[in-house]
Amino acid sequence: MSTPLLEVDDVTVAYGDLPALRGLSVRVAEGETLAVIGANGAGKSTLLKTIAGLLRPQRGDVRLDGTSLDGVPAHVRVARGIAMSPEGRRLFPSLTVEDNLRVGGHARRPGPWDLARVYDLFPLVSERRARPAANLSGGEQQAVAIGRALMANPRLLLLDEVSLGLAPVVVAQLYAALPRITEQGTTVLVVEQDVNQALAVASRVQCLLEGRTVLEAAAADVDHAQLAAAYFGVEAR
Amino acid sequence: MTWVNAVVQGILLGGLYALVAAGLSLMFGVMRIVNLAHGVLAIGAAYLALEVADRLGWHPFLSLLVVVPVMAAVGYVLQRGLLDRALRGGELAPLLVTFGLAIVLQNLLLEQFSADAQRLDVGSLGTASIRVTDGLSIGWFPLLSAVVGLLVVAGLGQFLARTRTGRAMRATSDDQEAARLMGIDNRRLYAIATAIALGTVAVAGVFLGSRTTFDPGAGATTLIFAFEAVVIGGLGSLWGTLAGGVVLGVAQTVGAAIDPAYGILAGHLVFLVVLAVRPRGLLPAAVAR
Amino acid sequence: MTRVEPAARGAGQDAVPPSAGSGGVRVRRSGPAAWIGGGVLVVAVAVLAYLPYVSSRGTQIDLVGLFSLIVLGTMWNLLAGYGGMVSIGQQAWIGLGGYGLVYLAGTLGLDPFVSIPLAALACGLVAWATSYLAFRLSGGYFAIGTWVIAEVVRLLVIQVDEVGAGSGASLTAFSGIDPQYRIAYVYWVALGVAVVVVLAVYLLMRSRIGLALTAIRDEPTAAGSSGVPVTRAKRLVFVLAAVGCGLAGAVIVANTLRVQPGSIFSVDYSATMIFIVVIGGLGTIEGPIIGAVVYYLLQDGLADLGNWYLVVVGVIAIAVTLLAPKGLWGLTRGRLSVFPTGYRVGRGT
Ligand SMILES: Nc1ncnc2c1ncn2[C@@H]1O[C@H](COP(=O)(O)OP(=O)(O)OP(=O)(O)O)[C@@H](O)[C@H]1O
Ligand SMILES: [Mg+2]
Repeated sequence: MSTPLLEVDDVTVAYGDLPALRGLSVRVAEGETLAVIGANGAGKSTLLKTIAGLLRPQRGDVRLDGTSLDGVPAHVRVARGIAMSPEGRRLFPSLTVEDNLRVGGHARRPGPWDLARVYDLFPLVSERRARPAANLSGGEQQAVAIGRALMANPRLLLLDEVSLGLAPVVVAQLYAALPRITEQGTTVLVVEQDVNQALAVASRVQCLLEGRTVLEAAAADVDHAQLAAAYFGVEAR
Repeated sequence: MTWVNAVVQGILLGGLYALVAAGLSLMFGVMRIVNLAHGVLAIGAAYLALEVADRLGWHPFLSLLVVVPVMAAVGYVLQRGLLDRALRGGELAPLLVTFGLAIVLQNLLLEQFSADAQRLDVGSLGTASIRVTDGLSIGWFPLLSAVVGLLVVAGLGQFLARTRTGRAMRATSDDQEAARLMGIDNRRLYAIATAIALGTVAVAGVFLGSRTTFDPGAGATTLIFAFEAVVIGGLGSLWGTLAGGVVLGVAQTVGAAIDPAYGILAGHLVFLVVLAVRPRGLLPAAVAR
Repeated sequence: MTRVEPAARGAGQDAVPPSAGSGGVRVRRSGPAAWIGGGVLVVAVAVLAYLPYVSSRGTQIDLVGLFSLIVLGTMWNLLAGYGGMVSIGQQAWIGLGGYGLVYLAGTLGLDPFVSIPLAALACGLVAWATSYLAFRLSGGYFAIGTWVIAEVVRLLVIQVDEVGAGSGASLTAFSGIDPQYRIAYVYWVALGVAVVVVLAVYLLMRSRIGLALTAIRDEPTAAGSSGVPVTRAKRLVFVLAAVGCGLAGAVIVANTLRVQPGSIFSVDYSATMIFIVVIGGLGTIEGPIIGAVVYYLLQDGLADLGNWYLVVVGVIAIAVTLLAPKGLWGLTRGRLSVFPTGYRVGRGT
């Protein structure tokens, strides 16, 4: 098997003394869409922040294309092709929508995505381009956050809880854009609490519980009872 | 006519105060650092210009070619060497460090240049003026410093609004962690911001030192006037700082027209009144955080 | 002999949290070190109180300077270390205290020893009023704001002819007293002020307000939402610090018999206070005392250095802030504690 694009290898990350990831391993092949699911506090956001370089693992290694990212700061990882839409969007509230997108392209990585393509992907965002990002609805903000990450032309796109606080219709609209992203060859790692949404878009799912993997399967042949059990950490019957 | 004259002179003085305040405003805007060494650094730049003028026989304005890059380099190193560390040390650390720096610099200047008052000599430009009417004439130097103040404020505004680096600074100011996720190296950006701030401080110092005499202790009032301009105008708004500088300048000149002893006091009192009735300043930033 | 107090409201019984496992957890404030330290301190104060009978006037005048430094450091620590407020305008209250003494004892003819606390109270009153302006600013801008207030106070004071306007005034109220006695009295007053101020801060920090202050310092927003009256506690600290600095200012003037606006309102006082606290240890009661002693000794030892003195002290303060933010006292790593205001959780008894 060829080297996966992303390898998270036996990683332990702790806040103070409390470990949030306990020897976790995750692999994502080039072009694949992996969904990481899990209940509140399972460690999903911690995983993404570790991949993005905001947190440093106590143990284990994160590799991109076989190259260790140990000691590589977050801003350099963006230049290497890892972009993230963080939990809670985290737009720059005092900047306009367009400036938010431009900041997303700060690293000037070449690739298919630019302002025009992002506006084409999310026409609503295009209409709001001159507005301060603080004045958008939640769904619009999430679209800008995804567009902003795309502006970095990532090889690996990390999406943290796109559905957070949004109505199901809006969530569906946002995820409808995902195929147009992956068809560019972009590898995607989505983190979701909304299991059905995750299963719909991903080729594979990995379920976390207390910083460990409790279930890993192809999205097509997931046993829902088993998944529910893993998700909540109870024995499957 | 004296009143009209006082107001006009105050407006021009306000341009100079905006020039002095721009760097303070920028550093606070980008890094949330209140640089208590701001005033002393401006005075330090004036002494540097004095040295250049003395040794090379250059006009003070020409000395800017040396003073601005030197101060910008000082800013870059200062940020990388001291202030980055201080930022990691909690809320009080940057204040303690910049205050300590102010005391150290002031006493180094005292040691080097003594407490004697100095002045940069801009030649006939210092006294030449345009006569508007009998009671009103506008000096070329105050006019020039006001124009430079305006240009610096406008230039900084355009830099922040339009350039890639300026945008990155605004983004970092909003959310430092999210900015890192966009590929922004915030430490480098901070160093650039401080370098630019001290570049403007250098210009401000040369104009201050040409306008009146200065001594190593003059950093105190310099910092205070810059701060008053920033707060009167509204934190985080460069145009507000310009407005604040003008209000402060007018308050001082009008106060001094009543009684020369009241000039500075009048400025302080107007500042306190603004603080009491409009604590967010005259032109607060559009999006408050 | 260990004094035990439960964490929250001080009911005076051993506190054993229900979550304690085998052995139990005792929350306590003081250990043997505190009792030894406290004893040493009592002896030190007693010896210092006896000093006027055996020492020269010069020594006493010198030591009054040290006592003022202790008061000033303690007050700045109360503001910044406990209240989270960096002020560079405390010279306002030092100056007002000094001028208050001159005005009350000199112009109005009150007893100088009564005038000292009265002047300090006046400082508290003015500080209370100005806090409504200063508190509109925060962080670094609060710092400069306090400085502006100090400048305004100075500019107003030099308009007052009764206290010598711009040139200052002499304190003549003591002229009826034999200098030998005067110096000793002032010495005792200064020592008393230092002891009272340090004890007052100690007691304040052990009170409910002290707990609130610690909460504010550690997490301002959380403290606000948990019902701790943040602004009221801060205002109290601001006023108390002004009273303490006013006392110090009055003592300084009683010691030197002269007040001069340029020096009594000098921002150098704030620099001194900051250096004392930073070098000694921010956020502890012992830190400012140690810092004051170190500053006093350095001042004596490096007197020949002139301006270089403040350069050296400034560099030390910057280095301490960045490299050892807990200061000299922090180097003991909590092994010593004369004034235990925090809580220590230890296993068993
Ligand atoms: N900054 C932090 N400091 C301390 N503990 C943290 C921090 N962030 C997360 N944790 C803890 O680490 C664990 C994992 O948190 P994480 O945010 O990764 O979970 P998550 O799976 O993303 O949860 P959610 O679905 O709520 O977003 C949790 O127990 C959480 O309380
Ligand atoms: Mg999460």
